[in-house]
Amino acid sequence: MLRLASLALFLVIWLVGTFALGERKLPGPPAVAATIVAEARSGALFANVGITLVRVVLAFVLAMAIGSALGLLMGRNRVADRLGDPWLVVLLNLPALVIIVLAYVWLGLTEVAAVAAVAVNKLPNTIVTVREGARALDRGLDEMGRVFAFSRWKKLRHIVLPQLAPYLAAAMRLGVSLIWKIVLVVELIGRPNGVGFEIGTAFQLFDMPRILAYSCTFVLIMLAIETLLVQPLERRASRWRLRTA
Amino acid sequence: MNDALRAGVSARLELHIAAKQYVAASGARHEVLREIVLSLGEGEVAAILGPSGCGKTTLLRIVAGLDTDFDGSVTLAGKGRSHPPKMGMVFQEPRLLPWRTVEQNLLLAAPGASAAAIDRLLADFGLSSHARHFPGELSLGLARRVALARAFAVEPDILLLDEPFASLDARLAGSLRHELAKLVSRNRATTLLVTHDVDDATELADRIFLLSQRPARIIGIVPIETPRSLRSPERLAAIGRDVIARGVGPER
Ligand SMILES: Nc1ncnc2c1ncn2[C@@H]1O[C@H](COP(=O)(O)OP(=O)(O)OP(=O)(O)O)[C@@H](O)[C@H]1O
Ligand SMILES: [Mg+2]
Repeated sequence: MLRLASLALFLVIWLVGTFALGERKLPGPPAVAATIVAEARSGALFANVGITLVRVVLAFVLAMAIGSALGLLMGRNRVADRLGDPWLVVLLNLPALVIIVLAYVWLGLTEVAAVAAVAVNKLPNTIVTVREGARALDRGLDEMGRVFAFSRWKKLRHIVLPQLAPYLAAAMRLGVSLIWKIVLVVELIGRPNGVGFEIGTAFQLFDMPRILAYSCTFVLIMLAIETLLVQPLERRASRWRLRTA
Repeated sequence: MNDALRAGVSARLELHIAAKQYVAASGARHEVLREIVLSLGEGEVAAILGPSGCGKTTLLRIVAGLDTDFDGSVTLAGKGRSHPPKMGMVFQEPRLLPWRTVEQNLLLAAPGASAAAIDRLLADFGLSSHARHFPGELSLGLARRVALARAFAVEPDILLLDEPFASLDARLAGSLRHELAKLVSRNRATTLLVTHDVDDATELADRIFLLSQRPARIIGIVPIETPRSLRSPERLAAIGRDVIARGVGPER
């Protein structure tokens, strides 16, 4: 219920802001809600949010899969770590905009370029987090698996992944927030649809209600995913820990 | 692996460690084991008795194939000649998977074991009421019993035990030793037990190998003719005195 209270507080601050800045710069909640309804009626809202979500999911899955594999490899293998480390440093420090522009230049203004640009932005951070987890793997349990002749798959599923779970959860959590942010920029620069594109157009027309309508819808979806998907998954993965506490 | 040894007599475990050294972080080498030679027949139980820190765990890790950086050879043979030997091991710490229940821990190590066999093992070690508990919910004594049950669950050809009763109170250690003695006889697993506890060795072993301080060498071999089930307290005490007389203190 604390969450509801803090949501109410947010609405109050919004109203105060509207009062201070004026409806033109910061339309109040009723105006924004009306715009959301209008955009939903026309179907534009679902189309744009839908395509953005597809891009988010694709980039997320891609970055998590490749990043986890590389992170695991680098955490377990000294040579791979040495080889990969400079690349990682470059990727970590490369501004998102540079990656996005290069992707569009090299791959054209395509869907592939958009998703790749987002995934590459997220990739180094997944690698770093998972590598940290892989470095902390318990060698004793590893030996146990070897003595009892665990297959590769069994080792991964029952020894490695449970130990990596907190790191994977951290990478996912960070990943989702990072990807939300970057996907909109990617759409703004080189896509003819999606939430980022809509906000960009609305900005040129100074259509504040529309900007806020899309932003709010997006935030709501994000919150829903966090509470309905990420948190239950985390709880499930740490079930054995809760019981011991 | 050395095929000449494997095809030879009915030895199930042939060990020859000419030397084992560790390189310290400073770059200095120190020798831990030297000229350890032993050969165990099928179903034989050997106890390696040595003072703390002499290199017992190191020796067991070499036999288990976890450490290959040594001079010498290890040859293990399973019951069927063509099959690789099945190995069961109890590490110095329980090393259970904390995110799997007791039952799952056994089943993961021994996927072929029947539910009935698992239940029986759990009962043997007094673990029946803990089958669905997670290792974090167990005391150290219980966790050690799970580790023992897991090693037996695979119906091992070779059983390696690293001080399985260390830091348990004397009564519990005694009853577990008793349980272990029964299971070892039933399973006919070739067993290598390392310990610094004279009681472990005298109650369980067919032969006791005495190790010196580091670098550890074998300084004596004490065969025990009396079958495990017939060893009276007096007989055990006598063997214990014999062992101690040969230069190994009753360390605890
Ligand atoms: N990875 C390692 N690197 C360097 N030295 C090691 C390493 N592992 C063990 N040693 C040293 O080798 C010696 C033997 O260690 P080991 O663990 O085999 O002894 P232990 O007989 O099992 O001791 P305990 O009775 O305490 O279990 C010790 O002096 C230890 O410091
Ligand atoms: Mg040891």
